[in-house]
Amino acid sequence: MNFKTTIGLEVHVELKTNSKIFSPSPVEFGDDPNANTNVIDWGYPGVLPTTNKGVVKSGIMAALALHAQVEPHTHFDRKNYFYPDNPKAYQITQSDKPIAHDGWIEIDVDGEKKRIGIAEMHIEEDAGKNTHERDYSYVDLNRQGTPLIEIVSKPEIASPDEAYAYLEALRQRIQFTGISDVKMEEGSMRVDVNISIRPEGQKKFGTKTELKNLNSFNYVRKGLAFEEQRQQRVLMSGGQIQQETRRFDETTGQTILMRVKEGSDDYRYFPEPDLPALNISDEWVNEIGAEMPEMPGSRRLRYVNELGLTDYDAMVVTQTKEMADFFDETVKLGADPKSAANYLQGDVNAFLNEQHADLQDTQLTPANLAGMINLITDGTISSKMAKKVFKAITQGKEPKAFVEEKGLVQLSDPAQLQPIIDAVLADNQQSVDDFNNGKDRAVGYLVGQIMKQTHGKANPQVVNKLLIASLKK
Amino acid sequence: MNYFEKDLTSLHDDLVAKRISVTDLVQATFDNIAATDPDLNAFLALNKDAALKKAAEMDEKGIDADNILAGIPLAIKDNIVTKGLTTTAASKMLENFVPIYDATVVSTLNEKGIINVGKTNMDEFAMGGSTENSALKTTKNAWDYTRVPGGSSGGSAAAVASGEVIAAFGSDTGGSIRQPSSFNGIVGMKPTYGRISRWGLIAFASSLDEIGPMTRTVKDNAILLSAVAGHDDHDLTTSTKEVPDFAAELNDQTSVKGMKIGLPKEFLGEGVDSEVKDAILAAADKYRELGATVDEVSLPHNKYGVAAYYIIASSEASSNLQRFDGIRYGHRSDDVKNLEDVYVNSRTEGFGDEVKRRIMLGTFSLSAGFYDAYFKKAAQVRTLIINDFQAVLKDHDFIMGPVAPTPAFKIGEEISNPMTMYMNDILTIPVNLAGLPGMSIPAGFAKGMPVGMQLIGRPFDESTLYKAGYVFEQATDFHKQTPKQGGKN
Repeated sequence: MNFKTTIGLEVHVELKTNSKIFSPSPVEFGDDPNANTNVIDWGYPGVLPTTNKGVVKSGIMAALALHAQVEPHTHFDRKNYFYPDNPKAYQITQSDKPIAHDGWIEIDVDGEKKRIGIAEMHIEEDAGKNTHERDYSYVDLNRQGTPLIEIVSKPEIASPDEAYAYLEALRQRIQFTGISDVKMEEGSMRVDVNISIRPEGQKKFGTKTELKNLNSFNYVRKGLAFEEQRQQRVLMSGGQIQQETRRFDETTGQTILMRVKEGSDDYRYFPEPDLPALNISDEWVNEIGAEMPEMPGSRRLRYVNELGLTDYDAMVVTQTKEMADFFDETVKLGADPKSAANYLQGDVNAFLNEQHADLQDTQLTPANLAGMINLITDGTISSKMAKKVFKAITQGKEPKAFVEEKGLVQLSDPAQLQPIIDAVLADNQQSVDDFNNGKDRAVGYLVGQIMKQTHGKANPQVVNKLLIASLKK
Repeated sequence: MNYFEKDLTSLHDDLVAKRISVTDLVQATFDNIAATDPDLNAFLALNKDAALKKAAEMDEKGIDADNILAGIPLAIKDNIVTKGLTTTAASKMLENFVPIYDATVVSTLNEKGIINVGKTNMDEFAMGGSTENSALKTTKNAWDYTRVPGGSSGGSAAAVASGEVIAAFGSDTGGSIRQPSSFNGIVGMKPTYGRISRWGLIAFASSLDEIGPMTRTVKDNAILLSAVAGHDDHDLTTSTKEVPDFAAELNDQTSVKGMKIGLPKEFLGEGVDSEVKDAILAAADKYRELGATVDEVSLPHNKYGVAAYYIIASSEASSNLQRFDGIRYGHRSDDVKNLEDVYVNSRTEGFGDEVKRRIMLGTFSLSAGFYDAYFKKAAQVRTLIINDFQAVLKDHDFIMGPVAPTPAFKIGEEISNPMTMYMNDILTIPVNLAGLPGMSIPAGFAKGMPVGMQLIGRPFDESTLYKAGYVFEQATDFHKQTPKQGGKN
């Protein structure tokens, strides 16, 4: 029997705002527990929420980045449940009129392009954090009220690979808007996953299971692949899928039953009476649209069509907004686009991996990278010398000054090179004879000798040209 | 200090002319309370040390002759948070709760030189119409100690009516300022929803709650509303509309000539005490005499108000009161083995019966499968009620009627029957549902107890209510009647 797989993804993206969504407390991580809280975050008697307009703006930006329709008349709702990290015992979220709906993103799996629909996206507040030590439980409300956007996919993802590609594309587009760091490892992107299968030809969706503890895109793909297989085995052996939540085990790559769902939780949603409805004007949306950073797709096209990059190079330099911005800036400062792309995906990436750092956290600047590339292009330094210069610019040094200080300037002047070439030819009559007898290999040896004489400073292209000319005389 | 002989204007003159110092005035107020409150039970907490300290500072600095509120002592309902002074909402849940911030109303009054003498009793979390639901004290009617003061702002009403203080603030979700004002023969204003900041008001039903002043005269009331009304960045439901100097519009020239008044026939129907009805009909005649026209109008959906209200208000309350979970503040049960016990036992011990009843009612109304039949339907009824008022107020300047179907009833008389108690609010609830301003002013007596007349206006048109109330007050002497010493008839 053949099965069709349907996957649903709910992605929570934490927004990078200065203050919380409904209180003026700062959004900062790593501070002492409860340092970034006030009476609103504590759910103190008498307090009221106030909406951070920046969060609404971020929501609109996300909607535009995901081709979604912004809802002009939206409002907040309360989701009621008791838990110590939820001080009001309700979460302010959006239920029946979310900020945007009906979007899509394009994914590419092995060259196959497909659009995945986004059902809706809403803005809401995050909860605090409970920690447990020995006989005590502690509540830290620093995270309480941190703004989130939840993005819910339509049931159009048909394989674990598509799920992976969807998350990659989603992360990338959100990252380009600048509203979030979208890092799973730091919790600024979180993914809830559900999956169901049904026999080919059956219209009705199968019973879905939910997966937890998926802390990377890879685990999402692995967990889904395992779950897909497991559900097939159950159905093939005549069993039934239960509606249940399963935990992904990173070490075994398997999913393990956590709990069976009996009925659905009743959160008693109703419109938040403390906050007026949000009216979002077309003018505001257009204004935000006009300020939106260029999305990765159109950047890729521009790099291929206008700057002559290959599709692959264009894809690599648009992995993150920081990388793409860095590339744009480097090219704007006169660097050859192809070289700039090569450096970014080669030496720069290697450097970042080695340092476990993000581009924006290093001392590398577009000006210095462009400066170095320009020195290579105009023949001042060789690509071999550039290795040393690259190391210097990762330490924030200015390339031209560094080259001059270290005497790394390449010897390109024919008037200076010709006497050295003449001397080498005179000392190596055998090689000259070999060349004349059609052995081109002799050229390599002679170049090596010239480089040796110049301590590697000779410009190889110039040396080559002069040498051939001399040999043919 | 005999507050029956004073109003804010004359007290201010006395202070400016130094006929009395702020300290003496504050001390005299505490003397009033010491003499009366052991029987009346209007106050839950007194702010004596801080009040006398502030009074001394003001005496030292001198009174600003342009600030009519400088050095005036008044009282605050105990669901409005006051920094450093216990705020209990008359609940065991918050019996020892000392807030670390002031409500916007309180900080505004403090800045204007008001001296807060203490916190007044109320129905627990403002749920009730007799103040008998207070978990801490039973307040009495200032006119008859065997009767209830009304509620939920019963402590504020009794404190003003008995002459303990010149004015107090209350809150009104379904009649909680107007009904106790009616029962105690004082002036109580529930302003338009959004007129006064709710920041620091312990929420009962967020879409209905409104703070308002309670005074012995219309003009004093107008002065206090102007002082605290206006937009607050802490409360996004407050209006940015400009706040008039309401009291400046009240003088010899103020008149109701040419005004059109609507008298809804539903307001004088079944269940309304005949003496209450007579007082309102007499008031209508008085308005005609003063040059206004009074027509019979109809608010056909009014009768669904109580049902819609108890669903909407209880639903919101069930959510608002979830924060009292024993985790961060307030009562926490000692009898706990796990997290669920903390929630269940703390709330079982901390909340009274009426609060529990409404939490259950609201929780049920919001539950999956019932939401459409209850909460959603109630919200639709609310729209019909709003439309009814709009239709009448389109060609009437304001609406008049009774505040409550009866005068104050006996303590213990109705507490065992919630439905009878709920029906007492039938004439005040629709005004909250519609978010309109409503005011109670003294309009006569029934069985020896005060009867209040309710004036209902257009949104943000408290001005017309104050003018109409002022003209009526000047033409009658009901407000000059005072309860006999200690209410001991």
